[in-house]
Amino acid sequence: MAGQLSTSYAPASLQVLGLPAPAVHSVLILVALATFCFILWRRAAVLRRANPDPRTDQVLERLKKLLVIGFGQARQPRYLLAGVLHILIFFGFLILSLRSLTLLGEGFVVGFNLPGLGGAVGEWYATLKDYTALIVLACCIVAAIRRSVFKPARYHDRHARKSHGHEAYLILGLISLLMIADAFYEGSEMASLEIPFGAALPLASFASIAVGGGSETLFVNLHATSFWVHNVALLFFLCYLPLSKHFHVISALPNVFLLNLNPVGRVKPARHGVANLDDIKQLGVGKLEDFTWKHILDFYSCTDCGRCTDHCPSYASGTPLSPRMISINCRDLAYESYPVFGKPVAPDKRPELVGQVVREEELWACTTCGACEEACPVTIEYIDKIVDMRRFLVDEGRVPASLQKPLAALEKHGNPYGKMARKRGDWVGKKEEALEVEVLKKGAETDTLIFTDSCAAYDPRIIEISRAFAELMIQAGVPCGTLGKDEVDSGHEARRIGEEGLFETLRDQNLEAMEEREFKSVVTCDPHAYNALSNGGYDLGKPVHHHSQRLAELIELGKLKPKQLNDGKRYTFHDPCYLGRHNGEYEAPRQVLKALGVNLVEMDRSRNRSFCCGGGSLYLFYEGESESRMGEKRLQMAADVGADVVVTACPFCLINLEDAVKTTGREGKIEVLDLAELVQRAVVGDDSV
Amino acid sequence: MEIIVCVKRVPDTAELEVEIDRSGGGIEERDLAYGINEWDNFAVEAALAIKEEHGGKVTAITTGGEDDEEVLRRALAMGADEALHLMDSAFEGSDAQGIATILHKAISARPFDLILTGAISSDRSSGQVGGMLAAKLGIPQVALATDLKVEGSKAIVTHEVEGGLERVVELDLPALVSVQTGLNEPRYVSIRGIRKVSSMEIPILGSGDLGLDAAAVGSAGAVVTVEELFLPPKVEGAEMLEGDEEEMVEQLVAKLREQGGL
Amino acid sequence: MADSLVLVELVGGEIDDSAWELAEAARNAGSEKVAAALLGKDVAAHAETLTKAFDVVHVFDDAQLEVLDGEVSAALLAPFVERTAPAMVFVPHTNYGMDLAPGLAVKTDRPLLTDIIAIESANDGIQAVRTMYGGKVHAKVKAVPCDRGYILTLRPGSFAPADNPAAGGTINTEEVPAALAPGRRFVETIQPDAGEVDITQAEVLVAVGRGIEEEENLEIIDSLAEALGAEVACSRPVVDKKWLSKSRQVGTSGLSVKPKIYIAIGISGSFQHMGGVKGGPFIAAINKDPAAPIFSVANVGIVGDLFDIVPLLEEKINEAKG
Repeated sequence: MAGQLSTSYAPASLQVLGLPAPAVHSVLILVALATFCFILWRRAAVLRRANPDPRTDQVLERLKKLLVIGFGQARQPRYLLAGVLHILIFFGFLILSLRSLTLLGEGFVVGFNLPGLGGAVGEWYATLKDYTALIVLACCIVAAIRRSVFKPARYHDRHARKSHGHEAYLILGLISLLMIADAFYEGSEMASLEIPFGAALPLASFASIAVGGGSETLFVNLHATSFWVHNVALLFFLCYLPLSKHFHVISALPNVFLLNLNPVGRVKPARHGVANLDDIKQLGVGKLEDFTWKHILDFYSCTDCGRCTDHCPSYASGTPLSPRMISINCRDLAYESYPVFGKPVAPDKRPELVGQVVREEELWACTTCGACEEACPVTIEYIDKIVDMRRFLVDEGRVPASLQKPLAALEKHGNPYGKMARKRGDWVGKKEEALEVEVLKKGAETDTLIFTDSCAAYDPRIIEISRAFAELMIQAGVPCGTLGKDEVDSGHEARRIGEEGLFETLRDQNLEAMEEREFKSVVTCDPHAYNALSNGGYDLGKPVHHHSQRLAELIELGKLKPKQLNDGKRYTFHDPCYLGRHNGEYEAPRQVLKALGVNLVEMDRSRNRSFCCGGGSLYLFYEGESESRMGEKRLQMAADVGADVVVTACPFCLINLEDAVKTTGREGKIEVLDLAELVQRAVVGDDSV
Repeated sequence: MEIIVCVKRVPDTAELEVEIDRSGGGIEERDLAYGINEWDNFAVEAALAIKEEHGGKVTAITTGGEDDEEVLRRALAMGADEALHLMDSAFEGSDAQGIATILHKAISARPFDLILTGAISSDRSSGQVGGMLAAKLGIPQVALATDLKVEGSKAIVTHEVEGGLERVVELDLPALVSVQTGLNEPRYVSIRGIRKVSSMEIPILGSGDLGLDAAAVGSAGAVVTVEELFLPPKVEGAEMLEGDEEEMVEQLVAKLREQGGL
Repeated sequence: MADSLVLVELVGGEIDDSAWELAEAARNAGSEKVAAALLGKDVAAHAETLTKAFDVVHVFDDAQLEVLDGEVSAALLAPFVERTAPAMVFVPHTNYGMDLAPGLAVKTDRPLLTDIIAIESANDGIQAVRTMYGGKVHAKVKAVPCDRGYILTLRPGSFAPADNPAAGGTINTEEVPAALAPGRRFVETIQPDAGEVDITQAEVLVAVGRGIEEEENLEIIDSLAEALGAEVACSRPVVDKKWLSKSRQVGTSGLSVKPKIYIAIGISGSFQHMGGVKGGPFIAAINKDPAAPIFSVANVGIVGDLFDIVPLLEEKINEAKG
């Protein structure tokens, strides 16, 4: 349709302030582009000063993720209405980008068309563009109403320090303005040429009807004005992006491309490229530049959507933590410390990153469950950052007293409880109670090594699980052994608390003990240990299994023959964070439950959306402020689906959920069982187990 | 300010069942892990806090054998500037006043404004060394401090007194303060932190360096000796109720009623 | 046969029980003549009372002694001890005693035995018993024979006072020199907040210890106390964590209580805590550790999970009350 209006009224032909439009237009574009590039350059300054981060490997895999999560917007529909709105606006954006370029071109050449977009293709595109613009405009209106009238809770963070809500309205307004300006640009032309309402161009048609009956002068002026409004708004939009949360428009797709391809359960090394801990002068992240450049890019890419915090079990139980606020506050710090105009602010003149911008209580309140990372539509990483900031605090000695005790006990006794190291292997029992599990001496060999880790070796309730599982293995004919008192804590939690040195010490002790014995594979009932042995720098070179995986296999091979538990009860499975999200194992426990013939109901938040029980990061020891307990919230979710039995596959989950049964007065109403105990019941066929 | 902290390495017996060794003169050391005496840890933190506020130097001192050097390294890793190890075979078997004598000789040879110690140690728990050291040095002291501030040439100390009360006193420096647990929140010392100070030099002083007469210290000079250790006799103790939880509770309620508690 | 001197401590202006305990301990250790040193201001009446158990009451009455300061007391007593030369000086092992005894021992150059729970003999040196390793171990200790004499601090509550002492002692007033401890000056005594509960007057106490694990769990203790019409008390760790105020802390560094019934929940029963429980109340203990020391001092004990037992107990009490 372009160009049908008399060419003398086309934008490229006009004059602005006595100058030819193309001249003014080019100045405008140049200034905008220069500004945009300048801002980006300034924003990149801190990235240049940040720590290295290797992200250019496995390009094909990265492209795949980019396609699915980035372009495919795969995580958006989890919040249906907001997700759909965003998907429509996102794709609308992509489609309309051609239109925007065309409109820019029309400032120079009358009847400009992008190559290939002339003629019939052009007309088809024009229709597409118009419908798209109509949908985008409608989405913006719905979004604005939703935000201002219905005020979704997710947008209002308890811990927000500044309000950034105005940015959302500004952007919605700008986008709407672009749509409307384009509509009137087109519509005024239609009105002038008396082109009737056409289904081919609905939005423009509406606009033309709106001004129908006006004078020719009106159409001409409106045409020109809409043109300039559109292009100025577009260029302003471009420059505004890197100044607000809408930086994500620029950085989100690259951020997804650069995502962390390591298993989720693997924590980043203390410093990329430095093997020896003692070579690092100051550990962890204490100031902004200590982050890696990718982490800072994460801050820039945060869309302030709040999905991470909405999934955070710690936030839900009323602690000071909100993952989203960590991103936003650090981003604001980056913007303030590296202003667009003016010199960067020296670290000692800024508020303290760790302590003030991100408070210590926020950091200790995280259980490293990973729900935030799973929820983020632009794949922002949180666990590595929190661990890095904890590393800094540990190096500085700023560890809360309640965590110092278990750390000291780990160092001195090899377990966080302070119990005697000598008794670690005693769970296998003595005399009449002894299981046929060999306590391996140096040089001995067995088929499967059972690595209990500390909880399952010392907590009397969890020893029951260790024994139940061991009995099942023996019954299935698998010779098992343990390291006995030569085993020490896997160090998994010590590492996540930031005590990297302690982790290395514990790991090295375990590796030494393992090297002195022969075994084909390792199994553990503790997903934290499973994660440590698989992803935690143990590099055993041997298969490591979680007990749910061995049980599933043994049942499938017929080595264990559980009876069907037709007891009429409703069972639900609580996915442990470190088995599920961190290691992608959701099926093995469910296979086992299926084989037992139980009536399995799934909680709303299951599999990768499982809600943490509150067991990670030695949270059992930490005394921080919170209003309720994560375990109690989780138990409520089980009660909401009418579960009579909650099946767990992690010692901490069992402890927290059983505690919750007591503190919420549900004894006798809900039972909490480990998978191994349930299988044992089915195998023995005796309900009194 | 020159601050001296006296620290002691003790076994961690809190969670363990302690056993007497064969000689009857000590406890079974087989499963013991050692660390800094909890009270002394609070003292080190207090010293560092004062140094951070007023400037100066913190020196950690211990008496004892080679293994005891560990607590000095820990104090250095926490932030102490210097450490001194008072070690000599002649010091072995010292009683509290012997230790106070050794410390007195070492400390009186240097400048100091404030001496901090833990009020008691978790092993022997005699609670004597601090007060004795102050008396030998002829400086004012106060025991069981729960708060400590330095203002100019004075220390303002809150300490525990009778009846669950606390009292504030002023001490003219140089002075000695023995600290109670809970005085502050000691900072954490990471494994890496300890490794960082592993090569710092810690001078060792023996009886010759200190000008001590061997007969005045060690077992030779001890006026109080530990003859024998034994486990406390099992006292008859409580009537332990039996049955399931409900039965036990019912029996308890009956007894409370007998006692007029209901 | 050798003479003894007992340092009398005043708590809240009253003679502390330790005075009577130490008097009897001195006699049982073989002293025929047991003197008391009474320090304070306007203490004539107390001197009179003390003549029941002591042969001589030496009164040091002075404004400097209105507040019992450890350094002042040690500076005052040292020359007195040198002059009167009692073979044994007995001091209660309280915060006050810990503050003054070491200094006194150095000033008088006497061997010092602290926190003694039993005296076996005082013939050839002193053989006594004390605890170590948090009370888990008992130790026989010996002070070598010393002509100058000895200083002993005795653990309050470990020695029985005499039933009906009738010593009929005399009173002797002593001069108090000025400026006894110039390097240490009293500033103020911190008063507990007005309006805080006074557990020392409660007849029934429900005491909670570290076993409660978390602040939120205190609810079940409050509930139980309400059902019993009791006050809630606690041990030191609970106060250190700031879950309850110090006005509820029972123990040697807290308050002394004299209830009729004392229910100890999740309390290990260390002597530092039980040292605050006086008057031999009926003690019921609930603890998951069968080896907890509390069971040696309690009258009745339940080994179990307090999170199960306490709500059940409250329920049964409410039932019994009808």
